[in-house]
Amino acid sequence: VLPYLVAVWLLLVGLYGVVTSRHLVHLVLCLSVAQASTYVLLLGVGYRSGGRAPIFADLPPGTPVVDPIVQALTLTDVVVQATVTAVLLALTVQAVKRFGTSDPRDLGALRG
Amino acid sequence: MAEASLVVLVPMLTATVLAGLSPFAGRRAGWLGILALVAAAVLAAMLLGRADGPLVVWFSGWQPRGATPIGIAFVVDRLGAGLALFVAVLAVVAGLLALRLIAVEHLLFDAVGLVFVAGMLGFALTGDLFNLFVFFELMSVAAYVLVGYEIGQRSALEGALTFAVTNTVGSILMLFGIGLVYGRTGALNLAQIGRVLEQGPADVLVVVAFALIAAGLLVKAAVVPFHLWTADAYAVAPTPVCILLAGAFSELGLYGLFRIYWTAFAGVLGGHEEALRVVFVTIGAMTAVLGAVMCAAQDHLKRLLAFATIAQVGLFLVALGLLSADGVAGAAVWIVGDGLVKAALFAIVAIVQHRCRRVEESALHGVARSLWPLGVLFALGALTIASLPPTGSFLARSLVEDAALRQPGFGWVPALLAAVTALVGGTLLRAGARVFAGWGRPPGRDPLADRRGGDEDDDDERDEASVPPHASAVLWVPAAALLAAAIAWGLVPGLLDAVGGAAGAFVDTRGYAAAVFDGAARAAPEPLLRAPGTTAYLYAAASLAGALAVAAAGLAGWGGRLPAAARRAIHALRAVHDGRPTEYVAWSVGGTALLCAALTLAVSV
Repeated sequence: VLPYLVAVWLLLVGLYGVVTSRHLVHLVLCLSVAQASTYVLLLGVGYRSGGRAPIFADLPPGTPVVDPIVQALTLTDVVVQATVTAVLLALTVQAVKRFGTSDPRDLGALRG
Repeated sequence: MAEASLVVLVPMLTATVLAGLSPFAGRRAGWLGILALVAAAVLAAMLLGRADGPLVVWFSGWQPRGATPIGIAFVVDRLGAGLALFVAVLAVVAGLLALRLIAVEHLLFDAVGLVFVAGMLGFALTGDLFNLFVFFELMSVAAYVLVGYEIGQRSALEGALTFAVTNTVGSILMLFGIGLVYGRTGALNLAQIGRVLEQGPADVLVVVAFALIAAGLLVKAAVVPFHLWTADAYAVAPTPVCILLAGAFSELGLYGLFRIYWTAFAGVLGGHEEALRVVFVTIGAMTAVLGAVMCAAQDHLKRLLAFATIAQVGLFLVALGLLSADGVAGAAVWIVGDGLVKAALFAIVAIVQHRCRRVEESALHGVARSLWPLGVLFALGALTIASLPPTGSFLARSLVEDAALRQPGFGWVPALLAAVTALVGGTLLRAGARVFAGWGRPPGRDPLADRRGGDEDDDDERDEASVPPHASAVLWVPAAALLAAAIAWGLVPGLLDAVGGAAGAFVDTRGYAAAVFDGAARAAPEPLLRAPGTTAYLYAAASLAGALAVAAAGLAGWGGRLPAAARRAIHALRAVHDGRPTEYVAWSVGGTALLCAALTLAVSV
């Protein structure tokens, strides 16, 4: 149960951080924290107690292993998150360079 | 069956080639991108021709063993293939416009655009939940970059940032939901998830997982209260990107939601269909009304079109949320017809923007008189949105009306459709009459919308000046062609039969599962679709009259004479759309919580 609680906690804390953020870099990192909840959730879902890493080269058949699919999913997820973070940080850099602001509350050129 | 994978691979590989060529080749190599998009459209058309029953393609030949799929599959049914074809055709048009409109020397724009399209195509065809998520992310990340392409403008940068932050939160929620589903079922194949879930109870875990997945997709679809990013992003994106965003991207969110519902969750949640219908239709109706009201309050033309898109998405959600095959058929016809009109309107606004260098209704008052033929096209587009017979929108609306009347308790839906299309169409007519004819009094400066400082105006002008002035001549042809296609769409012979079959297969949960597990195509029950009857013409007449009335009222300046309470309400609504990603995320999180609660309630009654 612990991993699930941790996952939910990370999600909520991350989202809270995003909502209250005062700095774009802080906001992007909070998004990463929220995303980390999905890693924990996926890995927690696939865990078997006493299971080993699912590398079958040197394991006798029948050894309990953890679910390899969720590990593949988590890996994909990490890659996706890295891409998104890169795009967001690039936008942040541009915001600071061109408009000299890094506070998300300063945004709002188009409103209403 | 190689078409199924090629339709995604061709744009994807061309994108890599273009990105690699970018330092060496000139802009002319962008034609390669167009070629790839045309190829994708042809492949999608071939798929559509073949997909009589769902066409299942297991990659690398990993066939399911017994009842356990071990590979990843594309499951192409007619609705998915049709949507892919529509996306590809729209992408060809957008690509042609981009060649003239995006005045840059390198090819990276085209490369990212191709990745965007490839993501959308894969999203429409896949039969695997995680694969769907990956395509979802692929198209989202590409879209963030495309929206922020004109980064010299402050509003473009902000739009992209808001878009990226809000949608990333959406995809985190969706992935969390997928994790929960996998934890329960141990499966990612949609059909298998459906089978396993059906054997268990509809408990809190299932409902929360569905709500989280739905929230992620509704953020994309721009449904209230997840829609706040939409206007900011659509208003600043380059026009070719707008065409794809408004015409296909939002609608794909809804497609994904109902694809997942009908394949994976219909079995376990199907017993509570009545209550789910109420939830979906209510959210859709809220979205439609809010979008229409916000649309009427706009001054910035592209923002106006963005809110028109939100209103239409709400109507599509109402149609799909009826959870019946005839509702799906109506939505499918409508999405294509509306996407074509929306694309034409965006192209027209782009011409005006390039000729007159402004995009605000108040600043453009009567300025574009010399472009009056465009004004005629614009008015025709506005009337099409108000479902002028015999356009595709009219046919679709009559289908949705019939579908709603077949469900007890939804007799009010036709009136809602008429009211929303009248308000949106009328607002567009008003804007067109002001801009192209100079009718009515020029409205005062909008106190809310335009709070930009002087330094940014300089930026705007520099960016728009970089577009070649002769570009607009090339835009006339696509705008007229798109509009003609939208009108002709309602007259395609045999459309009703084809769409009926496709919609019947889309909602046929067992037929889908049978195709995936046994490779057996099964004839799905086809819904009964009627050609528009007298009532449909009456509703259309009401909505056209309403549109004219709204336009006249707008031109006469009655907007300022609304009751004070209504004005305060509109002002409060507009104040919520304040361009701050942090607050948008707060709304999305609140919306997700509400959605969880509503669905839990729906399942417990």
